[in-house]
Amino acid sequence: MTTATMTAERTPAKLVSPAKLVKDSFAMAWRGVLKIRKNPEQLSDVTLMPILFLVMFGYIFGGAVQGSTEEYLQVFVPGLVVMITIMASMSAGISLNTDVSKGVFDRFRAMPIARSAPLVGAVVADFVRYVVGIGVLLGFAAILGFRITTDPLSTLAAVAIAIAFGLAFCWIAMFIGILVKSPGALAGIMMAIVMPFTFGSNVFVPTETMPDWLAAWSEISPVSLLADVMRGLLVDGGDITGPLLGSLAWMGALLAVFFPLTIRTYLRRLG
Amino acid sequence: MNNEIAIEASGLKKRFGETQALRGVDLTVPTGTILGVLGPNGAGKTTAVRILATLLRPDAGRAVIAGRDLHTDPVGVRGKIGLTGQYASVDEDLTGSENLRLLARLLEFSRAGAKARAAELLERFELSHAGGRAVKTYSGGMRRRLDLAASLIGRPEVLYLDEPTTGLDPHARNEVWQIVRGLVNDGVTVLLTTQYLEEADQLADRITVIDTGKVVADGRPDELKRRTGGQTLQVRPSTRADLEAVSRILTELTQQVPDRDDDTGLLTVPVSDPVLLSTVVRKLDDAGITADELALRLPSLDDVFLALTGHRTSQENDQNRQEALV
Ligand SMILES: Nc1ncnc2c1ncn2[C@@H]1O[C@H](COP(=O)(O)OP(=O)(O)OP(=O)(O)O)[C@@H](O)[C@H]1O
Ligand SMILES: [Mg+2]
Repeated sequence: MTTATMTAERTPAKLVSPAKLVKDSFAMAWRGVLKIRKNPEQLSDVTLMPILFLVMFGYIFGGAVQGSTEEYLQVFVPGLVVMITIMASMSAGISLNTDVSKGVFDRFRAMPIARSAPLVGAVVADFVRYVVGIGVLLGFAAILGFRITTDPLSTLAAVAIAIAFGLAFCWIAMFIGILVKSPGALAGIMMAIVMPFTFGSNVFVPTETMPDWLAAWSEISPVSLLADVMRGLLVDGGDITGPLLGSLAWMGALLAVFFPLTIRTYLRRLG
Repeated sequence: MNNEIAIEASGLKKRFGETQALRGVDLTVPTGTILGVLGPNGAGKTTAVRILATLLRPDAGRAVIAGRDLHTDPVGVRGKIGLTGQYASVDEDLTGSENLRLLARLLEFSRAGAKARAAELLERFELSHAGGRAVKTYSGGMRRRLDLAASLIGRPEVLYLDEPTTGLDPHARNEVWQIVRGLVNDGVTVLLTTQYLEEADQLADRITVIDTGKVVADGRPDELKRRTGGQTLQVRPSTRADLEAVSRILTELTQQVPDRDDDTGLLTVPVSDPVLLSTVVRKLDDAGITADELALRLPSLDDVFLALTGHRTSQENDQNRQEALV
C-alpha cells in the first residue's frame, strides 16, 4: 500500500448549520413524542404524582400550616406546579441513559446531522410531559377546591414559564444521565438532587418557619422564586418582577453550565 | 481525488485503559468491492469499524473514506457512509416504517420523500408486511434486515457491516448475503467484519485477518488459503475393502502416506501438483475401483486462521461472546 494514494478530495470540511440543528432537533423530538404515544405508561409519573402530592400534602399539611385545606391549596398548588415540573424533568436523564447504553444513538452519531440534535430533540419532546403533568395537577386541584383567581393569559404565562424552567432544569438530569454508567444508580441520584431543591423551598411550608441556614437557601432557591412567580400569576396577581428575574437568571445559569457540559460529555463518552 | 480506493486507513491505533485494542491497522478497500475483516472475539474489528464511522477517535493513524479525511472532515465522511453496527441500533418502540422515516427526515428528505423512501426499502427487504409493527415484535433476521435498510437510506457509497449475520439462522444469513451481493452490484463499497470464515470466503473480494489489534494476513481468499500450505486430495472409495489399495496408489503417486479416517472411509493427502488428479482417476479406473468422493481441496479458512494466528476461533471465545451479550 502506498500512502501517496491517501489524498482527500479538496473540498472544504462540511459543518452542520444552526438551521439544520433546529430541523434535526424537531425530527428527534418527533421520535420522542412517538415513543410517549406508544408507551403512555411513561406518563404515569406526571399523572400520578400530582394527584398523590395533592392528596397527601394538601390534607396532611393543610390543617397544620394554613388552618384549612382550601387556604393551604391556594398557596400550595402554585408551588406544586414547580415541584411537578422538576420531577418530570428528571426522566429525561433516565431515558437518555438507556438510549446511550443501548447504542440507539450510534446510528445518529454516524450521520451527517447536528451532533446535539438527539439530546435537544429528546428534551423538546418532554414538552408533552410537562403539559400533561401541569394539566393534571391544575385539573385535580380544581376538584379539591383550588381556584385560579387571575385571568387566562396569566395562567398561560405561568404554564409557559414553568415549562421553560423544566426545559432548562432537565439538563442537570441529562448530564447525570450521560455521566452515570449504571442505570440502577440513576433514580437515587436524581432524587438526591430534587429533594434539596423542592423541600428546601417555600413550596410546602413558609420560609419563616425554617431554621436560618435553610431559610437562607430557600430565599434564593429557584424553586421558591418560581413558586412566587406562580402564586403571582395564578392566585394573587401581585408584582412578580423580582422573583421572575431571579428565576430567569437561574434558567440561564443552568443552561449555560449544564447544556455544554452534557453535549461535551455525550460526544466524549464513547469516543 | 482517487476513484479507485474507497477506504484507505493506515496505522490506526486505539487503547482503552489497559487494553491496546488496535496496534497499527492498515486497511485498503478498492471502490465497489467487499473487504472481509476476519478475526476472533476481541480482535479489534468493532473498534476499527467505529473509528472509520467517526464514532471513535483513533489515538494514532489516519484514514480517507470516499475522498473525505476522517480527521479534518468527519461530517463529510458521515455523509458518505452507512453503518450497521454489531448490535441492532433500531428503535424497539417504533415501527419499522417510523424508524426509517425518522432517519430519512434527518437526511433531509421531505415528509413525503421520507415516506416513499421508507416504503421502497421495506419492500426491497421484504418487510412491507411488518412495516407498521413495533420493531420489538420482529425476529432477529427481520431486525437485521431493518438495520441494513436503515443504513442505506442516504444511499451511502461506503457501507460498514459489523458482524451482520451473527446470531442468524442459515436461512436468514443467506438472505443477508444476497442483499450484500446486490449492494455491491449497485457499486457500493462494503467493509464487513465477521468471525465466520465461510462468510468471508463467500462474500469478500479480499480478506484482512486481524488478531489482537494487528493485521496478521491480507489477500484474496484463495491466496490466503494457498499461503498456508498446498491443496489436499481427498478420496473415498465406494467400498471399505478398497481403502488399502487406494492408499497404496496415493502413496505411490505423492510419496506420502495418506491420512486415513476409518470412520468416514476418507483418505486425505497433501499434493503439490493439481495435474495429479487426472492421474489418480486413471489409476483408480485401471484398478477397477470406484470412488464416492474424489476431490482436490484448498485448506479451509479455519486451517488458515490456525496457521496465521496460532489459535482457532475456539469454543472459549464463543463462551465469552455469550457472556458479553448477557
Ligand atoms: N469502550 C471500551 N472500553 C474498554 N475496552 C474496550 C472498549 N471497546 C473495546 N474494548 C476492548 O478492546 C478490544 C477489542 O474490542 P472489539 O470490540 O473491537 O473487538 P471485536 O473484534 O469487535 O470483538 P467481537 O468479535 O467480540 O465483537 C477488546 O479487548 C475489548 O475488550
Ligand atoms: Mg465486535
